[in-house]
Amino acid sequence: MSELFKVSSNPHIRSKAATNGLMFAVVIALMPATGFGIYNFGPRALAVIAVTVGSTILTEYLFGLYKKKLSVTDLSAVVTGLLLALNLPVTIPLWMAALGGVFAILVVKMLFGGLGQNFMNPALAARCFLLISFPTAMTSFDCDAYTGATPLALLKSGEQVNLLNMVTGHTAGTIGETSVIAIAVGACLLLLLGVIDLRIPGCYIVTFIIFAGLFGGHGFNPSYLAAQLSGGGLMLGAFFMATDYVTRPITIKGQYVFGVTLGLLTGIFRIFGPGAEGVSYAIILGNLLVPLIEKCTMPTAFGYRKGGVRHEK
Amino acid sequence: MSKAGERLYNGLVKENPTFVLMLGMCPTLAVTTSAVNGLGMGLTTMVVLALSNMIISLLRNIIPDRVRIPAFIVIIASFVTVVQLLLEAYLPFLNKALGVYIPLIVVNCIILGRAESYAYSNPVIPSLFDGIGMGLGFTFALTCIGLVRELLGAGQLFGLDIFPDSVEPIRIFGQAPGAFFVLAGLVALQNYVRESRKKAGKEYEKIGSGCTHDCMNCKDSDGCSKRFYDEGSGRKAGGKTKQENAAAAGNGKTGNGSAVNMKAGNVTAGNRETRMRRADK
Repeated sequence: MSELFKVSSNPHIRSKAATNGLMFAVVIALMPATGFGIYNFGPRALAVIAVTVGSTILTEYLFGLYKKKLSVTDLSAVVTGLLLALNLPVTIPLWMAALGGVFAILVVKMLFGGLGQNFMNPALAARCFLLISFPTAMTSFDCDAYTGATPLALLKSGEQVNLLNMVTGHTAGTIGETSVIAIAVGACLLLLLGVIDLRIPGCYIVTFIIFAGLFGGHGFNPSYLAAQLSGGGLMLGAFFMATDYVTRPITIKGQYVFGVTLGLLTGIFRIFGPGAEGVSYAIILGNLLVPLIEKCTMPTAFGYRKGGVRHEK
Repeated sequence: MSKAGERLYNGLVKENPTFVLMLGMCPTLAVTTSAVNGLGMGLTTMVVLALSNMIISLLRNIIPDRVRIPAFIVIIASFVTVVQLLLEAYLPFLNKALGVYIPLIVVNCIILGRAESYAYSNPVIPSLFDGIGMGLGFTFALTCIGLVRELLGAGQLFGLDIFPDSVEPIRIFGQAPGAFFVLAGLVALQNYVRESRKKAGKEYEKIGSGCTHDCMNCKDSDGCSKRFYDEGSGRKAGGKTKQENAAAAGNGKTGNGSAVNMKAGNVTAGNRETRMRRADK
């Protein structure tokens, strides 16, 4: 007996992955969309991003000081701030952007117990908060580069859209949602790194395509469907916000259900709703359904019968 | 009149119906879009609450125990009708602003709760002041919520512009979600003040405390010799009146008989009944 075996309780295998590593990967993956947003909308986009990220970090830091538990180093506040900025129009007054950042961290995340306890995506909740509070400022996409309605609004009113511009991102919209290419680059990075998988985004997008094809009034017309897909926040939402670890279901079956739910809700909001966009409402409503989805799809543990009853000997 | 003062204090601070008991949430969240609406709703409810408490207390030995809830509702509904007609005649703008929430005062759980837990087993004057105190507490809470919501959601206070036009108000505070935010914020603030006073040794609970027959919310409920015993009327625990015995039995049977006793549930009511039987022997 040359070697002493260490006897300990599980877990025996530990991963080196930590929260700040994953968050850093998400920040890097968001860089193409951020960079394109700044290039597209000019330096003011950079100001909006700086304000929201600053306000989220500051709120998290101050709350950490108050609670004597600093959590700002896990970088989740940076991700929240960045995602929020990418979901805002570039013309938004800076104090509103800062207010959104404070709301996201303080009300949605910290008051519910911090990272891991938030019941909905903080960035999207803050976007909806701002959308309800300041409907004019949040939906005016008039800036120097692009003036006028978003492609989705044009599509809804039955006008023609320039599909090529929508894919490259030379169009009106929020800072980070316009360029499908930039978002796709980031999403591929996350997929390759294994931070996210295709279950939720795949189900989301496929369901939405089917729904839009059935009820959109244009049938399965490829250019209409492509325009619906690349317009608005669908891509950003599907790859970066629906896949948020905290607010998605933990069961694999549940993740498929979650993706399908989001696709249906987005389709309903976009096609039958009064507004042209519905991704953010769809995702936060989906977030609220997550506990129910998890409860229904929880797999049976080894040694137990279905329904959590222990197997009799 | 110290009893009356204690009742007022109880309603305003110790058992504030909105911030502490969390009763009457429907009008609290729905009508407090402005300070004036909150104030109007609070005062209307206070009038109904004080008068119905008084009448129920007067009739407490006449109303049969089994039909007490319908009897309370009839009394409350009469006063609500009177108040609504008065509002329509003299304050039509308020009547319009409050709309359907005035008839709904009939089913306001604060009024029914006070009738059941206080007025039905206490003398007239304390009951009247209990109603006024609770009503003032409700008015205070609604006005506070209305003030904050009006300031943030419309940039006004009592209809006067506070902020310049360049500052856009946060409209969500004028809508339903904002009502929840403001209510939660004010309750948190109130709890913070309460806790810090407790740490400093100045407890609210110790000032002028009296048995309100609400053993659920009473700190000294365990091993309390006065359980279900009314200080004011000077009766001993052993010699209960017929009415109180009947009330206890009613609680034991129906369990969730009233809005307030609902919290206490079957366990407490059952205990009371056993205790009562022992006392009878």
